[in-house]
Amino acid sequence: MNEALLNALTVFVLAILCGFAVISKVPATLHTPLMSGANSIHGIVLVGAMFIAVEATTPVSQLLSLIAVAFATMNVVGGYVVTDRMLQMFRKKPTTPPAPKSDASES
Amino acid sequence: MDFQTLDSIVRLIWLAAAGLFVLGLMRMNSPATARNGNLMSAAGMTVAIIATAVLLLARPAGESGTSGFNTIGWVIVLVGIALGGGLGLYAARTVKMTAMPQLVSLFNAVGGGAAALIAIDDYLKLTTVPVAQVNVATVLDIVIGSITFTGSLIASGKLMGRIPGKPILIPGGRLVTVALAAVVVIGAVYLWAGNVSVPVMGLILLASLIFGVTMTLPIGGADMPVVISLLNSFTGTAVAMAGFVLNNVVLIIAGALVGASGAILTKLMADAMNRSVLNIMIGGFGGGDAAAGPVGAEGGSVREIGVDDAAIQLAYAQHVIVVPGYGLAVAQAQHAVRELAELLEARGVDVKYAIHPVAGRMPGHMNVLLAEANVPYPQLKEMDDINPEFERADVALVIGANDVTNPAARRAGTPVSGMPILDVDHAKSIVVIKRSMGKGYAGIDNELYTNPKTGMLFADAKDGLASLVSAVKAL
Repeated sequence: MNEALLNALTVFVLAILCGFAVISKVPATLHTPLMSGANSIHGIVLVGAMFIAVEATTPVSQLLSLIAVAFATMNVVGGYVVTDRMLQMFRKKPTTPPAPKSDASES
Repeated sequence: MDFQTLDSIVRLIWLAAAGLFVLGLMRMNSPATARNGNLMSAAGMTVAIIATAVLLLARPAGESGTSGFNTIGWVIVLVGIALGGGLGLYAARTVKMTAMPQLVSLFNAVGGGAAALIAIDDYLKLTTVPVAQVNVATVLDIVIGSITFTGSLIASGKLMGRIPGKPILIPGGRLVTVALAAVVVIGAVYLWAGNVSVPVMGLILLASLIFGVTMTLPIGGADMPVVISLLNSFTGTAVAMAGFVLNNVVLIIAGALVGASGAILTKLMADAMNRSVLNIMIGGFGGGDAAAGPVGAEGGSVREIGVDDAAIQLAYAQHVIVVPGYGLAVAQAQHAVRELAELLEARGVDVKYAIHPVAGRMPGHMNVLLAEANVPYPQLKEMDDINPEFERADVALVIGANDVTNPAARRAGTPVSGMPILDVDHAKSIVVIKRSMGKGYAGIDNELYTNPKTGMLFADAKDGLASLVSAVKAL
């Protein structure tokens, strides 16, 4: 094994341990937002997709990298927006009780 | 500034972004800081991407095989970002909260697909015998990325209802899966031995794509949350592998983080259903064997209850436990249930919500839906906390929940056996709001409905709750 690989492996294993430590503390109620949030983080693959895209010279490579960039961006943008939408619901609501003016009461 | 300095700065920015991902996840521990945590993580992502763009723009010709500014390449980047970003934004903005799990699964699929594409592209570029590091990671990236791509698409399709939620058995079943796995393993070993062969890589890719389908199809819809979580973990791992392929540390860190988080979530969810992850992956829920279904009295008598009777029961109870299920989410009845609960509380009734770990379609999904309807947090009780309280409950109001209340789970030999359930049948009286006698995701009859204590109120969750609200008001 060369040194670059050893370094990369070290980072990989430490990051896994870090992930275990961070995530095991999250309460069950936040699991869906957490899964969605983690889902957006692996959208970092966009960085990799950009690397291959700017080096793409053959048509095959260009097609592959176009799909890769589009997929990865969808993962990033969609993931963060949908997570934020979920988490919006967890913010503290104003203390005033909601007025019973919903459409349900009119029926 | 020379390129060397810029390169160092960009690497430090990537490191900072990785730090923001970790901090962001940490802040998602508590509802109070969760949103902020997600924004931190998004900020990290943004700076990482911008820094990458700057690095690539400034990179001199000849650096690591580049030939200077590649106009078409940049057009690809911009078009790809516009396309993917637009689609992602539109889908995330317009999706209904009930349809969220399948969208997350879809985003997961494209993430895994992108990771696989990077490895495929990298492999096609190889002209000389690759060094071991690239080779192992490349093959792993292709395999894991493609499995997660098709697997997540199938999972998403099952949740959307485009693909039947019931376990689908493939002719030849396990044999096909085993054969595919064998093709992948043998092909991978062949490539790792130092052979460069595009056809073999194509074969591995194809086998992995089909494997993702055959792996997910036989798994029933009730187990989909566990599968999505597992595939999320797979994608993280695939992205980390892409990091090895491109020798990019930020991909390795972020991918490994997600891989670890997905693994933990998967285990927690499987634990909640009292099953092992392996058990879920191997056996379709219900065994796919129709004969396993009819256990309870199929034609057992069901007692129907009117809206007014149900309203009286609820209004004069002391303790009411609401058991919301996916049916409530589908009918968008979370606001109606909150209104009913507030009305009952005004009459001095103690109202609590019993949340099964897998209520809805994902862990915590029901909490999200009820939070959206402004149901106060302290009223939401987890299964282990609420189960002893059913004994004291005068009325358990089950709304659109099915399998998670089926007492058959306590016996051996049924498709839901061993799955922890809410002890709804321990309540003094039970009211079930349900559209029809249709079966749940496990595809079996619910013995709770034939319990003499149970009154069935046949209605859509929203309409049923609305009429209950007006009936309670009229009392």
